[in-house]
Amino acid sequence: MAKGAALLTMIALLPPACAAAQQPRDKLVSLVRQDCGSCHGLTLKGGLGPALLPPNLAGKSVEGLAAIILDGVPGTPMPPWRGELSPEDARWIAQELKEGFPQ
Amino acid sequence: MKRRAFLGAGLAAGALFASNAGGRAEEPAPRATGCLGLIVERASGSVLLIDNVRRAALGRIEGLGDLSHATAVFSPCERYAYVFGRDGGLTKLDLLESRIEKRVLQSGNSIGGAISDDGRLIAVANYTPGGVNIFDADALAQAASIPALGADGKASKTVGIVPLPGRRFIFSLYDAGEIWIADFGDGATPKLTKFANAGRLPYDGNVTSDARHYLAGLFGEDGFAHIDLWAPELKCERVAQNYFGGQQRLPVYKMPHLEGWGQSAGELLLPACGAHEVLAIDLQTMALKKRIPTHGQPVFCVARPDGREVWVNFAHPLNDIVQIIDVPTLDVVHSFAPGPGVMHLEFTPRGNEIWISARDADRVVVMDVRRREKIAEIPAQKPSGILFASRAHRLGG
Ligand code: HEC
Repeated sequence: MAKGAALLTMIALLPPACAAAQQPRDKLVSLVRQDCGSCHGLTLKGGLGPALLPPNLAGKSVEGLAAIILDGVPGTPMPPWRGELSPEDARWIAQELKEGFPQ
Repeated sequence: MKRRAFLGAGLAAGALFASNAGGRAEEPAPRATGCLGLIVERASGSVLLIDNVRRAALGRIEGLGDLSHATAVFSPCERYAYVFGRDGGLTKLDLLESRIEKRVLQSGNSIGGAISDDGRLIAVANYTPGGVNIFDADALAQAASIPALGADGKASKTVGIVPLPGRRFIFSLYDAGEIWIADFGDGATPKLTKFANAGRLPYDGNVTSDARHYLAGLFGEDGFAHIDLWAPELKCERVAQNYFGGQQRLPVYKMPHLEGWGQSAGELLLPACGAHEVLAIDLQTMALKKRIPTHGQPVFCVARPDGREVWVNFAHPLNDIVQIIDVPTLDVVHSFAPGPGVMHLEFTPRGNEIWISARDADRVVVMDVRRREKIAEIPAQKPSGILFASRAHRLGG
């Protein structure tokens, strides 16, 4: 009985099928450095994609940047990350990018 | 000693350096460079100097700056490597001495480079501020600068730079969608030949080993830009157009590379952009011959030096698998998992062995190619590119 209830809460906590679960911070840091880094540079100073350092993002809102991260920029190489990142992940990344992304 | 931290201390290192960690004064043995190479350690700004006959790391050279996406070319004597870093750094390494010979910060942000056929000029393709910078290969003094202003007058990122015979370089302008040839045959002032309207957003380019076919992959279009460099009148045309046949392109998490592409038996095997496919193009007709379904979106399609097989790695998040395509049948015949985060593959010059970097396992795996079995492992910090000095004598990129 107790076991069944625990299972139920777990299921309730699971995100809907298409959205990605929130990920541990160190995994996100590594994803941004390594996989975003393949276009934006490991140090985020830019590459095929623009620099993502605080001065470059100063005038841009966290919400706006998070939307770009989730949905990409159609017609450009910036891909949508929605399948892999939750909205919380994207907001956290956008916030950290604006403040200076952790190593 | 910092730049020379030894790894395989007991291995070949002693023979390579006059005084080794043991402090004994040793005469360095005569030494060749044909079996040497570099492994780029992208996160730590260092490279491992390796010996691909002994299958060992000889030492680590540090202080090369931001090496994400770094690549290197080699001098004709195979003694020097020129490493192109993301931070615009151009570093000349002495492979015999295992040290940095010279280093210049040549631009804000670069992507790759090439060495002229005579070994005298190093060309660096830049993202910021764009354009191509040319350096003297000895002193790394700047010899020329080619701003890449497209027909629209805007500065463009340059990509896909490779050498052509006769002190020439060919490259693509990402933003402007053009292809240019810079001819240094008459000295330091290049003669430029420009092909406008090559195609939208070329992301990389390469030339076949006969220096005949230059192709640029297009992000903004369904196809490739092509120049037949043997034609009496050069012109740029689209080839393999509509390779998607109306199908939706998948989001691209890592841009495919044309370096090392599978050129073999009258065909070219290339990564599709935005599909789980390798494309086979007929080099006679330049028509698409087959779309080969693969495990993920291909990044590198590297031909075994004899051309019989093409080994392919894939983009995030399917980057733990390598697949082998049999060229006569154009089918995938083998898949294996060398480790997480496969970044690059490099065959030994005769194709008996292959080195594969597994970034997320901090190691490089060495495999026997015929048996397809692992024979050695080299620890490395976040390894990406593997570049052997024998590239010095390879035509095409
Ligand atoms: C395949 C290449 C590629 C990858 C991988 C990539 N980006 Fe981008 N990104 C781009 C390009 C190109 C642009 C510019 C789009 C445009 O022209 O508006 C861009 C734009 C952006 C912007 C908007 C910047 C601004 O100043 O408005 C943000 C934020 C961003 N990317 C974040 C990320 C994050 C976070 C990741 C990884 C989760 C990532 N990108 C991975 C290519 C890439």
